[in-house]
Amino acid sequence: MPCIEARGLRKTFGSTVALDGINLRVDEGRILGLIGPNGAGKSTALNALLGLTPFEGHLKVLGRDPWNDRDQLMREVCFIADVAVLPRWMRVSQALDYVAGVHPRFDRQKAEAFLARTEIKQTSKVRQLSKGMVAQLHLALVMAIDARLLVLDEPTLGLDILYRKQFYDSLLNDYFDHTRTIVVTTHQVEEIQGVLTDLMFINHGRIVLECTMEQFEARYVEVMVNPDHLAEAEALKPIHTRQMFGRSIMLFDNVPHEDLAGLGEIRTPSIADLFVAVMGPESEAGGQRKN
Amino acid sequence: MNTGSNNTPEASVDPQPIAVQPLAATRPFYWSVRRELWENKSIYMAPLIAACVALFGFGITAFRLPQLRMNALALESARQRSAIEVPYDIAALMIMFTVFIVGIFYCLDSLHGERRDRSILFWKSLPVSDRTAVLSKLFVPMALLPVITFVVVIATQLIMLLLSTAVLLPSGLAGTTWNLLPWPRLAAMLLYGLVTSALWEAPLFGWLLLVSSWAKRAAFLWAVLPWLAISAIEKLAFDTTYFSRMLVHRLTGGFEVGFVVVKYPKGAHVPIVDRLTHFDPLKFLTNPGLWIGLLIAAAFIVAAVRLRRSRGPL
Repeated sequence: MPCIEARGLRKTFGSTVALDGINLRVDEGRILGLIGPNGAGKSTALNALLGLTPFEGHLKVLGRDPWNDRDQLMREVCFIADVAVLPRWMRVSQALDYVAGVHPRFDRQKAEAFLARTEIKQTSKVRQLSKGMVAQLHLALVMAIDARLLVLDEPTLGLDILYRKQFYDSLLNDYFDHTRTIVVTTHQVEEIQGVLTDLMFINHGRIVLECTMEQFEARYVEVMVNPDHLAEAEALKPIHTRQMFGRSIMLFDNVPHEDLAGLGEIRTPSIADLFVAVMGPESEAGGQRKN
Repeated sequence: MNTGSNNTPEASVDPQPIAVQPLAATRPFYWSVRRELWENKSIYMAPLIAACVALFGFGITAFRLPQLRMNALALESARQRSAIEVPYDIAALMIMFTVFIVGIFYCLDSLHGERRDRSILFWKSLPVSDRTAVLSKLFVPMALLPVITFVVVIATQLIMLLLSTAVLLPSGLAGTTWNLLPWPRLAAMLLYGLVTSALWEAPLFGWLLLVSSWAKRAAFLWAVLPWLAISAIEKLAFDTTYFSRMLVHRLTGGFEVGFVVVKYPKGAHVPIVDRLTHFDPLKFLTNPGLWIGLLIAAAFIVAAVRLRRSRGPL
C-alpha cells in the first residue's frame, strides 16, 4: 500500500486554482521534498494530506480519507507546520503530559531523552523559549511518536544555521528508519538535498518535475564550460545558462556524461540551480507566473 | 549524503517501535479539559478572587456585626431573616456573576484564540477529533464552572459563618446566625439552581462557541450585535419588546425557571428563600423553553464543530 496516493487532486479558492489535478504516489520509506515558489500550492497540498482542508478528487493517506478521518489518521501521521504553532502559554511539561494523554503512540521517555540533550527546561513556558528551542521541542514531541508519516511544512523557517542543521541531523539519525515516510517542503532547498530520496517541483498547482534523487543525479549535469567550447556546449541545448566569474555554467538535462566531459568541469547541480532552471522567469513552467 | 550520519551516534534515541497502548475513548476528552484549565487560569482564579473580595468586604463589617445583629433582631421576622441572609446572598451572587462573565469570555475566545495564535495547527496534529475539542470547551461553562462556583460559594459562606460566629460569640448572639440563616437550604438551592442555570443558558454558550469558531475578528461584536439589532428592529417596527424580554429571561432566568416563584413588590426586604419557595423540577422539565433552548444549543454546537474542522489559522 502506498503511503500517499492522490489522483486528480484539485482545490480551488473561488476562481483561484490552488491544486490543478495532481497525481501523486509516495511509497513507504521515502523522503520526499516538495519544492515550489510561494503560492505554488505546496501548503494546500499538505493541508489536503493532513485533513485540514476539503478537496476534490481521490486522496488516500495510509489508506484513509484525510478530510473525513483526520483524528484517526493523526494516530499515524505527525506534522510540524512551522515553528510558531506550539501554544505560547504551555509549559514544556504540560506539552509532554498532553501529548502523552491523547496520543496512543507517544513515548514520553523518548521525548524526555531528546529534551535532555537540549537546553530546554521542562518548567519553561513555550513563550520563554527561543525560536530554535521551540522547534527542538516540537521535534522532540514528534520524534517520540511512532508515526508512519511525518509531514514538515517549512519546519526550519526563521531558524539559524545551527538549529537548521541539527534539526535535519536529528531527523535522519534518530527518527528516520526506512519504514517511515517523510514529506517536507522548504525554501532552504540546499539543506535538504542530501536528505531527500525523492524530489518534486510544484508550480501553479501542478507537478512540474518529479524524480528520485538517483534519477536527478543521472539526469541533470552542470558544466562550467571552457570558453573555447562554448559553441559546442550551446549545441547540446542546455536548459539553463548562468554566468559566474565570467564563465558560463550550463545545466543539461539527459545529455550523456561523456559528451559533456570534454567541455569543462562537470558536477551534479544543486536542487536550487535546477529549481531556477525549471521555475525561473525565462523557463516554461515559471514563465506563466503572473506577478 | 552530507548530512553527517556519523555525528553524535551516542545521542541517538533507539527508534524501536513502542507498544501502542489502547486509549480509553474518554482520555482525549479528559486531557482536552485539563488543557483548557492550563490555558485559562481565570476559570478558577476569577471565582477565588471574587470570593476574597466578598470575604474582605464581610471582614470589614465584622467589627460592627454585634451592633448590626442587634438592629436586625429588632425587625419583624421576614426582614430579620433577610438582613442576616443578605451578606451570604451577596457573596454568592458576586461569585456567580464573576463566573458568568468568565464563562462568556472563555467561550468567545476559546475557538478564536487557537486560530489567532495558530496553535490550532498543533491541536489538529494530534488524534483529537473536532467534536472532542469543541465538547471539551462546552464542558467548561456547562459543568466545570458550575462545580467550581458551588465549591467556592460554599467555602466562602462557611468562612463567613465561622467568622460571624467568632465575632458574635462574646455578645452571646452567635446562635442567632445558625437559627435564622437557612444555610443548608441555601446550599441546596444553589446546587439545584446551578444545574438549571447551566441547562437554561446552554444556547448562550453554544452561540458564543459558534461565533468564536466563525468570526475572523471582533467576536464579541458578532456575538452581541445581531441580538441587539433584532431587538431594535422589533421595537421600531412593532413597538413591542418580546424579543429583548425573551433574551433577558434567557440570560437571567436560570434560577427562576427551576423554582416556584413568589412575586413581591419592588424593594421588599424578603429573603431569597421566601421568593424561590419550592424546588420545582417538574415545572423546569416541562418548560418548552428549556427543550427548545437545548435543541438550539445542539444546533449551534454541531455548526461550531463543522466550522472548526474547516477553519485554519487566521
